Amino acid sequence: MRFFTSRLSAPFVLLLPAFLIIAAVILIPLIFSLYTSFTAYRLVQPASLWQWVGLRNYIRIFSDVDFWWAFGRTLVFLTVALNLELVLGLCIALLIDKITTGQRVIRTIMMFPMMFSPILVGFQFKYIFNDNVGLINNAIQSLGWTDVTIPWLVNAWTANLAILVAEVWMSTPVFAILLLAGLMAMPRDPVEAAKVDGCNPWQVFRHITLPFLMPFVYIAMAIRSLDVARAYDMVKIMTNGGPAGRTELLWTLIARVGYQDARMGVANAMSYASILLSIYFTYYFFRKLASARASLGSMA
Amino acid sequence: METSFQRFMIRLGVFVVMVVICLPGLWVVMTAFRDNVEVMARPPVWLPQQWTLDNFRSIFGLSATQQGIPVASYFLNSLVISVTSTILAVLIGMAGGYAFARYNFRFKKASFLTLMLSRTVPGISLSLPVFIIWSRIGLIDTHFGVILVYLALNIPFTIWLIDGFFRQIPQELSEAAKIDGCSPWQAFWKIEFPLAKSGVASAGIFAFLTSWNEFALASQLTRTTASKTLPVGLMDFTAQFTVDWTGMCAMAVIIIVPALLLTFIVQKHLIAGLTFGGVKG
Repeated sequence: MRFFTSRLSAPFVLLLPAFLIIAAVILIPLIFSLYTSFTAYRLVQPASLWQWVGLRNYIRIFSDVDFWWAFGRTLVFLTVALNLELVLGLCIALLIDKITTGQRVIRTIMMFPMMFSPILVGFQFKYIFNDNVGLINNAIQSLGWTDVTIPWLVNAWTANLAILVAEVWMSTPVFAILLLAGLMAMPRDPVEAAKVDGCNPWQVFRHITLPFLMPFVYIAMAIRSLDVARAYDMVKIMTNGGPAGRTELLWTLIARVGYQDARMGVANAMSYASILLSIYFTYYFFRKLASARASLGSMA
Repeated sequence: METSFQRFMIRLGVFVVMVVICLPGLWVVMTAFRDNVEVMARPPVWLPQQWTLDNFRSIFGLSATQQGIPVASYFLNSLVISVTSTILAVLIGMAGGYAFARYNFRFKKASFLTLMLSRTVPGISLSLPVFIIWSRIGLIDTHFGVILVYLALNIPFTIWLIDGFFRQIPQELSEAAKIDGCSPWQAFWKIEFPLAKSGVASAGIFAFLTSWNEFALASQLTRTTASKTLPVGLMDFTAQFTVDWTGMCAMAVIIIVPALLLTFIVQKHLIAGLTFGGVKG
């Protein structure tokens, strides 16, 4: 009993349930999947779990063109989406910060997309971009711009564009809300002083507001990169990787190889590539956050 | 300093942004109350001419023409799984957050980092190994199996948020209470917990929304009405080449409404939680 009540072991006891669950649900499965990535495991042939193939799965995926396309597409998709969301979120935050009446209502409305399930966002935009009944085509035709029905989700370029629109719609509010919080926490004195010294609005923004906001930018980026793969739900619903694999991201490719082709070993090898990608993004933004905070010094 | 023209432009900008944010959702909600003829109509019908509840009747199996989808059991599954995993995640998160905020111990930074890194594993990469193990120990298609996975997803974030809130509370308060004769347990519940309540609430709402909306894991770990959740149930509306849009939109409304209601009730805490925990964490 003394062991549990002594001050030294208290944090140990308090953290034990958290670590037990993380170990059971994340660590053990990951170790297991690391093992299966070296086997020829197929779900339909249980015996293949013990069939050690060494690095064959890895060699196979690294020499697989489809894998590299999905990898590259995921990287581009993440980079473009995160930057676009950041810029749009910043604009929205600056805009709403100027509003004085009804700001609370608008802040609440702004968080609307955050409450949508990513799979719902997928269905929603699949519906909106639908060539027959969708909002976009209806709008374009009503405006008389064209009579042709544009098959948004069937053409490779427009399908990728549609997915990007859905992702941006879903996640921009995360950036906007965090950056707005940053703007509201900003001390007003430096801005006033700069104005007295004759800075124009752009200079004030560039040299005072933006540096102050950088930690918030990286926090938003870090939070978003923690759940980057939410995009799986959307892509799975909107195009399921099609047309002809032209919107395939790593995550949809993993699901296809693992569950449809039942090649669990290969899919688990791919999973590792995707996990490393997420860890890299998270680590990168946490480092940036630390350096942005350090350069602000006492301000934050 | 601002001219009235500038003010007008700002208002206009905000209005346009809000329309873009609201329209996709509203379009789906409106479709839930249209009849199928209007959805297919050409030229398009923008506002529903006749609001109807037929779509809701048919997904609940109350209309003669269409087969029902077991929405009620999906809803119940979602509710049981989300509420249970949220309560447990908040309790475990409070214990963990308190440990990080109040104690110094060996491997503190390392354990914090381990927790955060465990959150970076994408759902679909996790679902493969979990699926294999769960099917071996018989946890597929059970509430418990899904709850356990959602707990692991939510705990790192609840710990992070709640830790940030406990750090805000001066340690002297609970020490004073202890001097006045409170046990550490009493000091926690009477002094520190009430002050950290908004943080706990925001951690809870995030945990709830994550579990309520999760799809990638649930779609692999659930099989039948015994454990299928609402987001997985949405797939029932898709056939090989067609989607039942009105039914899907009605189902979407059923999924959104509880999430919206809950968020609006606690949204004050939500904004506080987003800024606090994130910035000071």
